[in-house]
Amino acid sequence: MSQESIYPLVFFAWMAGAAAFAIGLHQMNSPATARGGNRLSAAGMAIAVVATLVYVAARPGGLSGPAWLIIAAGIVIGGGGGLYLARGVKMTAMPQLVSLFNAVGGGAAALVAIEDFLHIVGTPAATISTTIFVVLGVVIGCVTFTGSLIASGKLQGLVPGQPIIFPASRLVTILLGLVAVGGTVLLVLGAADAVALSNEITLLILGAIIVSALVFGVTMVLPIGGADMPVVISLLNSFTGTAAAMAGFVLNNPVLIIAGALVGAAGGILTKLMADAMNRSLVNILMGGFGTGESGPAGVAGAEGGSAREVGVDDVAIQLAYAQHVIVVPGYGLAVAQAQHAVRELAELLESRGVDVKYAIHPVAGRMPGHMNVLLAEANVPYPQLREMEEINPEFARCDVALVIGANDVTNPAARADTSSPIYGMPILDVDHARSIVVIKRSMGKGYAGIDNPLYGDPKTGMFFADAKAGLEQLVAAVKAV
Amino acid sequence: MSVELLNSLAIFILAILLGIEVISKVPATLHTPLMSGANSIHGIVLVGAMIIAAAADNPLSYALAFVAVVFGAMNVVGGYVVTDRMLQMFRRRETPASLAKPKAE
Repeated sequence: MSQESIYPLVFFAWMAGAAAFAIGLHQMNSPATARGGNRLSAAGMAIAVVATLVYVAARPGGLSGPAWLIIAAGIVIGGGGGLYLARGVKMTAMPQLVSLFNAVGGGAAALVAIEDFLHIVGTPAATISTTIFVVLGVVIGCVTFTGSLIASGKLQGLVPGQPIIFPASRLVTILLGLVAVGGTVLLVLGAADAVALSNEITLLILGAIIVSALVFGVTMVLPIGGADMPVVISLLNSFTGTAAAMAGFVLNNPVLIIAGALVGAAGGILTKLMADAMNRSLVNILMGGFGTGESGPAGVAGAEGGSAREVGVDDVAIQLAYAQHVIVVPGYGLAVAQAQHAVRELAELLESRGVDVKYAIHPVAGRMPGHMNVLLAEANVPYPQLREMEEINPEFARCDVALVIGANDVTNPAARADTSSPIYGMPILDVDHARSIVVIKRSMGKGYAGIDNPLYGDPKTGMFFADAKAGLEQLVAAVKAV
Repeated sequence: MSVELLNSLAIFILAILLGIEVISKVPATLHTPLMSGANSIHGIVLVGAMIIAAAADNPLSYALAFVAVVFGAMNVVGGYVVTDRMLQMFRRRETPASLAKPKAE
C-alpha cells in the first residue's frame, strides 16, 4: 500500500492518540483517576508511535536500511535508558529525573527542526513561515535543553543550588537575545529573498542562533535559587511542549501540533498554579536572585538575639511518650536521609502508647509539590494521617509536641511576620504555635532558601542535632526504654 | 500563507484552548505527577524524530536523527514510567485495610 492511501488511517490513529492525551491529562486532575489517566495517555502514545512506524514503512521505495536501524536502535536505546532511569531512581531524586526527561524532549524537538532545515535550505520549501517555525523550534528547544539540564543539576547537587550571579549577566543575556533575534530576522529576510544568503551563510546563522539559545538556557536558570526549581521545571516543561508544536508546524504534522500545544498550554497553567501555591510570582522567580542574601541579613536580625537550645535523645523521647498530640513535620532532610520508614516506626510506637500522631505536609515539602506524600506513602504511612497545611495549621496550638524533621524554610515564622524576609508571604506551617517544638537537624545550617530560621531561637524549641534517620532510630530505642 | 498552514494554525489555537481547559483545580499533591504526565506527552516529538529518520540520506542526518529518536524515546518511556511510579500512592490499599480489620473487630 502506498503512503498516500494509508495516510487517513495513520491520521485517525494520531487523532486517537491526541484524544487520549487530552482525556488522560484531564483525569490526572483528581487522585482517584490519575493513574488510569496516565496509562490512557501512554496507550495513546503507543498507538501514535506504531501508526508512525506503519506510515514511514509505507513511504515510496520503502524505509532504507539505515533508517530502520536508526529508528529501531534509537527506540531500544532511548526507551531502555529511560526505563532503567525511571525504575531505578530513588523517590527523592524524582524531580531531577523529570527535568532530565524534559531536557531530552526539548533537545529532540530542536534536532527535528534543525534536521528538517538542513534538507530544505536553499530550496523553495524554505518559505518564510517554515523558516520562522524552524527558528522558534530550535530556540525554544535549545533553551529548554540546557535550562532543564541545569535545573536537574541544581536539584541533584551537581550545580550549586544557590543562585549564581556572574558579572554582567544582564548584558550577556541581552547580547544572546540580540544574536537570536538578529539571526532570525536575517534568516526570514533570506527566505523572503530580500537578502541574498548563500546556503553556507544561512547555516552559519542558524549555528549562531543554536549556540546563543543553548547558552541562554544556562544563563536563564543559573541565577534562580534551588527553592524555585519546581516552578522553573514546570515552565521549561511548557516550553518543550511549545517546541514540539513548532516541530509539528515544520513537519506539517497534526499530532505534534496538537500534543505540543496541549502540553504548552496545560504546562503554563500548571506553572501558574505551582507559583501560586508557593506565593511567588513567575516574574519574580525568573528575575532570580532569591536567597542571595541581599535582603537576608535584615530578615534574620530578630533571630540573632535568641540562641538555640540543644536537647538530648532521652529528653525528646520522654516528651514524645507522654504527649497527647504530636504533629510530625517532615521535610527534605527526612527524604535525603531515607528516614521515611524510621519515622513511621516511631509514629506507630507512639500510637501504641496512645499518642495521637499526625503528619503536617506543606504543599512544597520535599523538593516539589506532592513529593513528601509520595515518600511517606512508599513507607506505608496511612494516608488519613497526612494532613494538608490549611487543615493542620489550626491544630498546632493544641498539640503538645511538633516534631520537625529536616524541614526548615516551610516552618520559618519570618515568612509570616517579617516583611523584609526573602520568603515573606510564603505560606508556612504554624509550627511555632505548638506548646513545644523539637527540631531534628544535622546542624544549624541554613535551609534551601539560604536564610536563617528564627524558630530555632524560640525558647520553646529544642534542637536535636542528628541525621534524620539515625536520630529517629535513637528516638525509637529511647521511647521503647521509657 | 497556504491553506494548509492556516488549518494548522487553527488546530494549534484550539489545542491551546483545550490545554487550558483540561487543567482545572488541582490539589498540590498532584502538581508534580501532573507535570510529569504532561512531560511524557511532549515525548510525541518521537513521532517527528521517526519521520526525519525515514527521510535521512547522509551521515550528518543519520546522526542527528538517531540522537533525536534516542532523546524522544527516552522522554516517552521514562516519562510515563516515572509518572506511574509517583501515582502508585493513590492505589487502593487493600492490604493495610484487611490487616487492620481483624484488630478492630
